[in-house]
Amino acid sequence: MTLLITLAIVILTPLAGGLLTGLDRIITARMQGRQGPPLLQPFYDVIKLMNKESMQVNTMHRFFVYAALVFAVFTAVILLSGGDILLAIFALTLGSVFFVLGGYASNSPYSTIGSERELLQIMAYEPMVLLTCVGLYYTNSSFFIRDIISSKLPAIIYLPGVFIGLVFILTFKLRKSPFDLSMSHHGHQEIVKGITTEYSGKDLAVIEVTHWYEVIISLALVYVFFAFAMPLSHLFAVMACLIVYFFEIIIDNSEARVKWQQALNSAWIVTGVLGTVNLIILSYFR
Amino acid sequence: MKSVKKSPWILHYDGSSCNGCDIEVLACLTPLYDVERFGIINTGNPKHADILLITGSVNEQNIPVVKQLYEQMAEPKVVVAIGICATSGGIFAECYNVVGGVDKVLPVDVYVPGCAARPESIIDGVVLGLSALDEKHKALKHKAKQN
Repeated sequence: MTLLITLAIVILTPLAGGLLTGLDRIITARMQGRQGPPLLQPFYDVIKLMNKESMQVNTMHRFFVYAALVFAVFTAVILLSGGDILLAIFALTLGSVFFVLGGYASNSPYSTIGSERELLQIMAYEPMVLLTCVGLYYTNSSFFIRDIISSKLPAIIYLPGVFIGLVFILTFKLRKSPFDLSMSHHGHQEIVKGITTEYSGKDLAVIEVTHWYEVIISLALVYVFFAFAMPLSHLFAVMACLIVYFFEIIIDNSEARVKWQQALNSAWIVTGVLGTVNLIILSYFR
Repeated sequence: MKSVKKSPWILHYDGSSCNGCDIEVLACLTPLYDVERFGIINTGNPKHADILLITGSVNEQNIPVVKQLYEQMAEPKVVVAIGICATSGGIFAECYNVVGGVDKVLPVDVYVPGCAARPESIIDGVVLGLSALDEKHKALKHKAKQN
């Protein structure tokens, strides 16, 4: 049974992530007054990339993106099977670090700049992700998602500040403007293709699939805030995930890319104010 | 494979164009023509691109640049010459530094005439390039099977 669930998560997660990405591209196009690509476009892209030649810059270059994919899959399996959220977050961070190393491995100036920016982004969003785990533990006395989503009240009631902070830093994780410094989907210049600049063919497809996993992982963190013991709340939680994703698309289309100083400062200010103040207030009530 | 034709990513290079054709290429991305309908993306990165669009004639200065861009693209790849300057050198053909059309340097698959080439004909050229891309993909697969 466990094997079956794991298999389902490994297969269905990228399918859902790819569909969401396709929907994202259509909504983005409509917001810009265009018709946009078909819903399955991300899958066409990935299948095409699979059939293309993969150019290898050096021996380690390709290894890192596959390592990043393995850790993204690992994170998705832990999160979606109701496992330890802290372990999942650490595995996800390790995956991001592998991705950064992949950018550095090619020695290309574009991907090196991309890697440096990605490191800054990790610095910017990581404290808030950790605070989210701490907050969830504080309200439920458990790091296990299966315990958190079966509590009497949803976590959002205790942690509204943490939730807003999480939505803020999800913009980094989903690679949306204004925080898409290291690798943007709308990049027409090499510098904003960042880490992916030197990747082609299968490797680029792997990066894209890893991103689909990350989209679902990010939304799973939103889900945890809304789901609780009531069965109907799970439907509501899925809707909350979709609303958050739609909100991120609106932000993506209405904001310009910021400098790294602003990205780092704003993320830390939001984390410092909303995250910690929320936890301090919570500590008075308990 | 169908997906090769459904997601052509483009790299645009300006040889020695007067910018007329370049603006028309960019016009294809605007809401009026919206080439993303066909999955076409302007990548700006040779390693991600399938189709190389070249506007303007090739001159002595940019021969190595054009060659390098082509070599950095992953197989299968297609070259589309946009505008009369890229197809034959156009009115600049007699200039002392102009070598001629793109086909003097690279194997061109589709020629799109016009001065400046209309966005409609550019899209038409890219779509013609897709069947060339499909053929090259099949040839590559055939070659891989033989090896």
